[in-house]
Amino acid sequence: MTKQFFAYLLVMALVTYGVRMIPFTLMRSKIKSHYIRSFLYYVPYSVLGAMTFPYIFYSTGNVFTAAVGTAVAFVLAFFRCSLIVVAICASVAAFLAGLI
Amino acid sequence: MFNMTSIKSQNSYIYGLGKGLPIALGYLSVAFGFGISALGQGIWGFGAILISLTNLTSAGQVAGVAIIAAGGTLFEMIITQFVINVRYCLMGLALTQKLDKSFTTIHRMIASFGITDEIFAVAAAERWMIGRRFMYGLITLPYIGWALGTILGVYAGQILPASLCAALGIAIYSMFVAIIVPPSRDDKGTMVAVLISAGLSCVLYFIPLFGRVSQGFSVIICAVLASGIMAFVSPKDL
Repeated sequence: MTKQFFAYLLVMALVTYGVRMIPFTLMRSKIKSHYIRSFLYYVPYSVLGAMTFPYIFYSTGNVFTAAVGTAVAFVLAFFRCSLIVVAICASVAAFLAGLI
Repeated sequence: MFNMTSIKSQNSYIYGLGKGLPIALGYLSVAFGFGISALGQGIWGFGAILISLTNLTSAGQVAGVAIIAAGGTLFEMIITQFVINVRYCLMGLALTQKLDKSFTTIHRMIASFGITDEIFAVAAAERWMIGRRFMYGLITLPYIGWALGTILGVYAGQILPASLCAALGIAIYSMFVAIIVPPSRDDKGTMVAVLISAGLSCVLYFIPLFGRVSQGFSVIICAVLASGIMAFVSPKDL
């Protein structure tokens, strides 16, 4: 069991590290193409958009409390509150909504 | 004559630490949930901690634990981890365009371990080029938070009320919201990219036809399409 576990662990760690390390280490030049540079500019925002929706609504196990937390997060983020303020307030709002 | 060294660079460890603190607190709660869930699926507690220490990725770890719990094959593990984590390829590639001269090969190899969605998003949002000290600072607290959260989840998860654990589940997603909303306010192209990507993600999630697309793969499809369309419609001259 333990031996089998370490085989899983090794495979997980190696694949995860490989996809991170290879492009980050090998890509040494400036990308010239305007299109690819623009593409890469949009990547972080579109990645986060796809990672957040619709999953945020299922993140608390209750769509109502999650929707309340999401609404709080949007309002605070709109007014440029810091990441940690948004995260804590959204969690507190979801918790309080669960008490109703 | 101008050369690369004349471009301003952010290379302060302390500044990086500060930027990493909110990520660390988010990770603390998410890793806490991971520890509880891994234990619940019958994973060896210390093993769950080792997974967090060597992987540092939420979606990949959750999927990996599910495979271990189900006694899946190593081949299945390789494919799943690759599909879920291949987005880091794209992120790493994007970040290479911002690295300053302090990033020699060995430092690229070390720092690449810390590329996560949130660390990438914060590093990519930096105004200047980024140096290795900044990157190490940025990675330090999230790594500690991820490890500590898993340890607490494994050994102390049972003492927290379930309602509180459930509410903490939204922490990481609300942090994503806090990263994407302000730049969307400032730039219409960014907002449209987020809307396209989020919309596509919902389509893939809700339309039964696409029921077999995993979350990791869905993220790649949505991000590539949304970024590809917006790079064409509204190019950024960086």
